[in-house]
Amino acid sequence: MLEQQVVNGLMLGSVYALVAVAFTLAIGILNFLNFSIPGLFMVSGMLTWLLLRQAAPWPLAALGAVAAAGALSLLVERFTYRLMRTSEHFVPLVTSMAFLILLENLMLIGWGSDQQRVPVPFGSASAHLGPVIVSVPQLLGLGCAVLAVACMDFLLKKTRLGRGVRTIAEDAQLATLLGVPVERVVPLIFLFGGLFTGLAGFLFAVNYQQASPFMGEEVALKGISAMVVGGMGNIWGAILGGLLIGLVETFAIFGLGARAVDLCVYGALLAILFVRPTGLLGGVSRHQRM
Amino acid sequence: MSGYLEGVLALLCINTVLAYGAFLPMSAGQLNLGIAAFVAIGAYSSGYASNALGLNPILAALGGFAVAASVGWLVAFPILRTRGIYLALATFALNQVVQGTILNVDAVGGAAGYPVSAHVGFPVVAAFAIAVFALVAALFHTRFGISVTAVKDDERAADVMGLSVRGMQSAAFTVGAGLAGLAGALYAHYFNYIEVQNYGVLFSIYVMLYVLLGGTQTVYGPLLGAALFNLLPELLRGSAAWRYVIFACLIIAIMSLRPQGVLVKR
Repeated sequence: MLEQQVVNGLMLGSVYALVAVAFTLAIGILNFLNFSIPGLFMVSGMLTWLLLRQAAPWPLAALGAVAAAGALSLLVERFTYRLMRTSEHFVPLVTSMAFLILLENLMLIGWGSDQQRVPVPFGSASAHLGPVIVSVPQLLGLGCAVLAVACMDFLLKKTRLGRGVRTIAEDAQLATLLGVPVERVVPLIFLFGGLFTGLAGFLFAVNYQQASPFMGEEVALKGISAMVVGGMGNIWGAILGGLLIGLVETFAIFGLGARAVDLCVYGALLAILFVRPTGLLGGVSRHQRM
Repeated sequence: MSGYLEGVLALLCINTVLAYGAFLPMSAGQLNLGIAAFVAIGAYSSGYASNALGLNPILAALGGFAVAASVGWLVAFPILRTRGIYLALATFALNQVVQGTILNVDAVGGAAGYPVSAHVGFPVVAAFAIAVFALVAALFHTRFGISVTAVKDDERAADVMGLSVRGMQSAAFTVGAGLAGLAGALYAHYFNYIEVQNYGVLFSIYVMLYVLLGGTQTVYGPLLGAALFNLLPELLRGSAAWRYVIFACLIIAIMSLRPQGVLVKR
C-alpha cells in the first residue's frame, strides 16, 4: 500500500502547504512571523464543525469558515503590523502570539476542550485510481491548494498589486516613496494569509473529521517547518515543503511509528536551518530582523 | 500559611527563576523559543539524579542547572550561527527535538510522565528564587550588563569596542538555559511529578510573553512580569481559561500602549 501512503501524505501535505503559504507571505513580504495563524486555522476548523453540525450545506460552511479567518486576520493586522513602525521589532510577534492565546481560550470557554467530531458533508464519495482510494475531500484539498497558490503566484508576478507587494518586500519605506499605497496593500496581504489559513482549517476539519480549540498548534508548527524547508518567502517553496513534510510524516508513522514523527520532522528542520538556512528553493536572504 | 497560598507562591518563585532564564538570552537580543526544552532537561536530569542515584534534592537541583547549562553551551555553537528569525526558528526546532527525545526515553517514563519522590519544601524554592534574582541583579550591575546591552543594541559597534560578541551571546544563552533547568528541577522536586508533554513550544512562548510584559530593559521587569502573570489571575479568581484570556488582552493592550513592557529605563 505504498501508493496509498503517498496519496495520504500529499493530502496532509496540502494542508501544511496552505498554512506554510500564509506564514511565508507574512515573512517574505512583511518580515513578520505571524503566530496568530494557528488561531485562525482553529477558528476556521471549529466554525466548520459548528456550521455542519447545524446541517448547513458544505459550501456555506466553507465560505463562513474561510471568511471568518480572513476577517480575523484583518483584526490582527490592526494590532500588529500597524504598530510595527513605531515600536521594537518583536512587538508584532508578541501581539500575534497573544491573539493565538486569546482565540484558543475563548473557544475553550465557549465549547470546551473536547475534540469534536465533524460530520462528513460528502457521504462516502471516493474515487478509485487502480488500487488507490482517494476520497472527495482529499481531491478537493489538493486541487484547492494548488489552485490557490497558482492564483497567488499570478497575482504577485503579473498585476499592479503584486508589483506593489514585491516592492514592499524589498523596502517598505522605498515603496511609500514610489507611491505604493502601503496602508492599503498590507491589510490585503494579511487578508490573503487569513484566507489561505481558513481554507486549510476547513479542509483539515472535513478531511480528518475533527476539530478542537488546540487543533491549530501542531499543524502550524509543521507549516512553519514546511516554510523553512521550501525557503522562506517563496510560495512555491511553501507548497514543496508542505508536501514533503506531509510525506515524511506519513511515512514516519507508517515505517517507524507515531512517536518518531516529531524527531524526524523537526530534526530535519534543525539540520536544514544549520546547513542551508535559505531552504530548498531559496528565499529571503537579506539581513533578518524578527 | 495555607497549602493553597504556599502552592501559588512556590509557583511564583519557580516562574521567577524561569523568567530570568528567558530574560538573559533576550537581553542579548536572542528570541529563544526553546526555553521549555531546557526546563525539561533540568527537570528530568535532576529527577533522575535524585530518584535513581539517590542524590540530595538540593544538589540534584544544582545538577539540573549544570546539565541544562552544559547542553545550552553545546547547542549554542550551531544555534548562534543563526540570527533573528532563524534563531527563533532553530530554538523552536530544538524544543521539539528535545521533547520528542525525552518522550522516547522509557527510563524516565516516556509519555506516561515521571514521578519524582524526593521533595523540597517551600523555603528552599523561595531561597533559590531570591538567590537567582540577587545574582542576576548583581550581574547586571557589573560590566556584563553594559556589555550585553551593547551587543544587543549594535553587534558591530560592540565588536569595534573590543567586546567578544560571540562570547557574550554564548554566555547569555548558556546561563539562561541553566536557569531554565534550575526552574525545571525546582518544579520537579516541589510538585514531585513531571510530564514532558507540558514542555512544548507554547510553554516557551508563555514564559517569553511574561518577560516581555514586565519589560526587558531592566532586571526588575521579569520579576514584575512573573508576579503579574501568577498573582493577578489568582486575585481575579477566574478559571484557567479566563486567566489566559485576561493575560492575552493585557499583552495586546500593553504592547499597543507601552511596547517596551511595563518597566522601562528612565
